[in-house]
Amino acid sequence: MSGIAEPSLPADTDADAATVRGRSERFRGGTLGPAGTVAAGVVALAVLAAVWPALLGGAHPLAVHPTQALQAPSWSSPFGTDESGRDVLARVVAGTRASLLVGVVATLVGGVVGVVLGVVAGLGGRLVDAVVGRVTEVAFALPLLLVALVVIAVTGPGPVPAMLAVGFATAPGYARIVRGLVRSARSSQVVETAVLLGRSPGRIVVRHVLPAALWPVVAVGTLGIGQAVVWASALSYLGVGTPPPAPEWGAMLADGRTYLLTAPWMSTFPGLAIVVLATAVTVLGRALRRTGALR
Amino acid sequence: MTDRRLPARPTDGRRSGAAAVAGRWSRWALRRAAGGIGVLWAVATIVFVAIRLIPGDPALAVLGGPGSQASADAVAQVRQDYGFDRPLLVQYAVFLGRLATGQLGDSYAFRTPVATLLGQQLPVTLTLAVAGLVVAWALAIVAAWCSTQRGRVAAALTSAISVTASVTPHFWLGSVLIVVFASALGWVPAVSDGSVRGWVLPVLTVAVPVAGYLAETVRDGVVDAQRSAFALAARGRGETRAGLFGRHLLRHAALPGIALSAWAFGSLVSGAVVVESVFALPGIGRALVTAVTQRDMPLVAGIALVSAAAYVVVLAVADLVERAVDPRGHGAGAR
Repeated sequence: MSGIAEPSLPADTDADAATVRGRSERFRGGTLGPAGTVAAGVVALAVLAAVWPALLGGAHPLAVHPTQALQAPSWSSPFGTDESGRDVLARVVAGTRASLLVGVVATLVGGVVGVVLGVVAGLGGRLVDAVVGRVTEVAFALPLLLVALVVIAVTGPGPVPAMLAVGFATAPGYARIVRGLVRSARSSQVVETAVLLGRSPGRIVVRHVLPAALWPVVAVGTLGIGQAVVWASALSYLGVGTPPPAPEWGAMLADGRTYLLTAPWMSTFPGLAIVVLATAVTVLGRALRRTGALR
Repeated sequence: MTDRRLPARPTDGRRSGAAAVAGRWSRWALRRAAGGIGVLWAVATIVFVAIRLIPGDPALAVLGGPGSQASADAVAQVRQDYGFDRPLLVQYAVFLGRLATGQLGDSYAFRTPVATLLGQQLPVTLTLAVAGLVVAWALAIVAAWCSTQRGRVAAALTSAISVTASVTPHFWLGSVLIVVFASALGWVPAVSDGSVRGWVLPVLTVAVPVAGYLAETVRDGVVDAQRSAFALAARGRGETRAGLFGRHLLRHAALPGIALSAWAFGSLVSGAVVVESVFALPGIGRALVTAVTQRDMPLVAGIALVSAAAYVVVLAVADLVERAVDPRGHGAGAR
């Protein structure tokens, strides 16, 4: 979190020409590091599972086999089966699409709303800044889950409301970061110099202030995807996200709660999937930030 | 924000040091209280608007939801009794007026005063959140020690664990802990029974994800502090490794984490909502889910206000702790 303020001014001044070249070189060199490479592999696998679930899942995620209910993991069904005899592996694989989509869309919603608020606060006058500051402070005072629950109560349950709910609930965090970055960029030497050189305000904002504020947010947002996946599955777990019997990790965990002690595999594997995907996205986000691809 | 204000009147200059400090403290408390009341007012307004935005007739929410077979007479009666037929602004004014006098009203769904419900359920959630915050800090400090003082392998391992911990969903962690420690090992009860042992798993569950965050923040701070001149100077004075860590590095590194604590507390409350459902704990979190889905406005408002008030208090406490810990200003008092 403290890394948010990392992009320093000297790096920004020579950024224009150097980054474009540097970025492609770094990617060719593949300097993600061992952890980053593994994370990239996991994310690639998740994207593959989201695009083409049948390739990895095998069985149909909704196919019911009452005679094979609550089977422990075996060769034919490596993650076991649930109370209706559905294959847990197939359902975990099929659930990747929902989770990945929610994570990315919710973060985009939160990021866009946050950036707009943050830029307005950072560039606006004292009054605008104070108003936006108050709004984000109040939003922080409300637990994220309460905000999400209220948004869902207004829109009705479902996957799209869950995306909006998590997005809106995370927006104040982004707004605060962007505001700080815009403010510090505004008072930076680069901008001071540009003002002295007589550049137009619009050009200064577009060329110097926004890039300095937006790239860190992209990095933070990459880390936020993991969180969004977790929160969206929490909503499903509480029964207000994706409704059953659709394969969704949080909903599967809620389902497995009844059989926690008799069939722990029903809860273990979907939960593991959430942790693995969220960790991979987070680690990849950091590795990308470190390489400079997402400063 | 150091108080550099010059004495406005000659008498100010003659005030004793204690009186001046007291004055600064009361100004600090006043500013905090005013800000807190502002936040609470805004939260009340948001809840009022949000609950009105939920589609459906509010009178039906009182009568047991849209599925209820209430007669038209009953609906009309409720509409009049609860003032739903009056203009929205009037309803808002009445709502705020009642809150200002401390009346939270009766829950639509439970038919009992919200204050009573909160009185029963709040201690559970607060215990969970406060104990969770303490445990999270303890874990974070241990993790920061391991990741900065115990060599590269320990650092890599701790870092991997904290990243994973920070994205572990509460509901899953809770289930895993139940299966391992309650079911397989039988060390602690799976469902909370009121004993101290019954609290171990729920508190651990809310604490671990937050500990992951705090650990990384504190670790970054310690790494920063290690490169600084004061660390070198302390080492030159012959400070031991543990002494350097505890007395110098940690004080510096804890600051961003303390500032994060208020946020972490909010996150703990969110986590408590989920964890209460996993461990069958009777806290406000579980009531909240039902309250929002049933449009139980008094209960939603009560819970939202209590959470917001708790946040405001934790923010103030975090501010105090930050001042006490900050190595740059010993006992500076209110700045």
